[in-house]
Amino acid sequence: MPPRPRGAPEPAERRELLSAGDVARTIARMAHQVIEKTSLGASGASPVVLLGIPTRGAPLATRLAARVADFSDIRVPVGALDVTLYRDDLRRKPTRPLGQTALPAGGIEDALVILVDDVLFSGRTIRAALDALRDVGRPRAVQLAVLVDRGHRELPIRADYVGKNVPTARTEEVHVLLTETDGRDAVLLNRAGERS
Amino acid sequence: MRHLLGTEGLDPATALAILDTADGLKRTLLGREVKKLPTLRGRTVITCFYEDSTRTRVSFEIAGKWMSADVVNVSAGSSSAKKGESLRDTALTLAAAGADCVVVRHPASGAAHRVASWLSHTNTSVVNAGDGTHEHPTQALLDMATLRERLGGVEGRRIGIVGDVLHSRVARSNVHLLTSFGAEVVLVAPPTLLPTGVADWPVGAAGSLRISHYLDAELPTLDAVMMLRVQAERMHGGFFPSAREYSIAYGLSEARAAMLPEHAVVLHPGPMLRGMEISPAVADSGRSAITQQVANGVHVRMAVLYHLLAGEEDAA
Repeated sequence: MPPRPRGAPEPAERRELLSAGDVARTIARMAHQVIEKTSLGASGASPVVLLGIPTRGAPLATRLAARVADFSDIRVPVGALDVTLYRDDLRRKPTRPLGQTALPAGGIEDALVILVDDVLFSGRTIRAALDALRDVGRPRAVQLAVLVDRGHRELPIRADYVGKNVPTARTEEVHVLLTETDGRDAVLLNRAGERS
Repeated sequence: MRHLLGTEGLDPATALAILDTADGLKRTLLGREVKKLPTLRGRTVITCFYEDSTRTRVSFEIAGKWMSADVVNVSAGSSSAKKGESLRDTALTLAAAGADCVVVRHPASGAAHRVASWLSHTNTSVVNAGDGTHEHPTQALLDMATLRERLGGVEGRRIGIVGDVLHSRVARSNVHLLTSFGAEVVLVAPPTLLPTGVADWPVGAAGSLRISHYLDAELPTLDAVMMLRVQAERMHGGFFPSAREYSIAYGLSEARAAMLPEHAVVLHPGPMLRGMEISPAVADSGRSAITQQVANGVHVRMAVLYHLLAGEEDAA
């Protein structure tokens, strides 16, 4: 089934899980959790670095950092980490274009790295991200923040910060739309499997 | 993409995807201590060179190794070709031995196309690393990558390709690729070093091709000048009266380089003959992109291997 262009008006079988307002509130809540869980700003706490996984994890990381700065007055370095070259499913799909990798100037050595992605599904993207991370430095610890956890893990991976848990069927599709990439904020559930 | 045999007929969208991938790879590896990506683990690349080469063979080998492919190098001088094995049998042998990709350089024009047709029943990809005076697509792609970095793109830019066009596969591949991206290409050479029918070469719709015999008249309006090596090994006969006379008429001296616009870039595919087609001072000057071309060559070849080997196999 050809993918629908993101941002196109959704048909009846598309359900809105999060509205634009919900997305903003969810990111704000996650920012508070990051500040609390990492003891941000406390003496002796490791420096925190947010790394978004392209495509939509990158703008999410930027937004999360902006909220963290709003609530704590601490500017956390933000970067992007493309994992395409580390994926284990490259040979199952047509050639993928690469995303952008941009590490913060200070690097990630001995930092507490929080990986940020839009949807946590099989966990394979995160596995690839952990491998990619190993090639760029040695963080003290790695955590994971996702806007939506839709279940169906295929690897022993879990998120430390979850915006919304959504029970889904494997055939359904979860689409995160962000203003930066899609023109508006929303999270949609597409019952793709029922139509085909 | 199954094979990369030439830039003639190479879809501009595919070329652009390769260039963008090369760019992404370059940025990914920038400043890294460990230049190793796991992407092509378990894939085998065999380079098979029937002609001498330093930079092309080395950069394909490095490209493969940085992507974690296993790279095996075969050179004609030390292979069964010396015992009389045909190119076809060598190609079938390499495919049967497990090559996922064969990188071929051969003195005969069309050799890579023949190898690709002989291997059509296998899953092996073929990359043309130079076939006679025909094509050298990865060189054109790395030249394009360099021009994109230096000039921001080639659309509407005027690029001079100067010298031994007759024997140059680099010139041919560059004409196809540059014009398909909208460049205005000027071939500058003495009439004896231009192939017959050059004026009728197929040209990308967005670009144009022009022939000139006078370097001095062209220099002031060029955005980039690509100097070609005089290929003495392919010359059987008198193409110009003497090396000195050639150098005086078509060599890029310091005085000539001064006629170029301030922003113009000097390229050379290498190996260069200093003092013949280019003066040492120009080759080492700030406007020379010659070592940048070599560095980009590795990333472009990594990108080519990625596009050939990393995606799902297509039927083409």
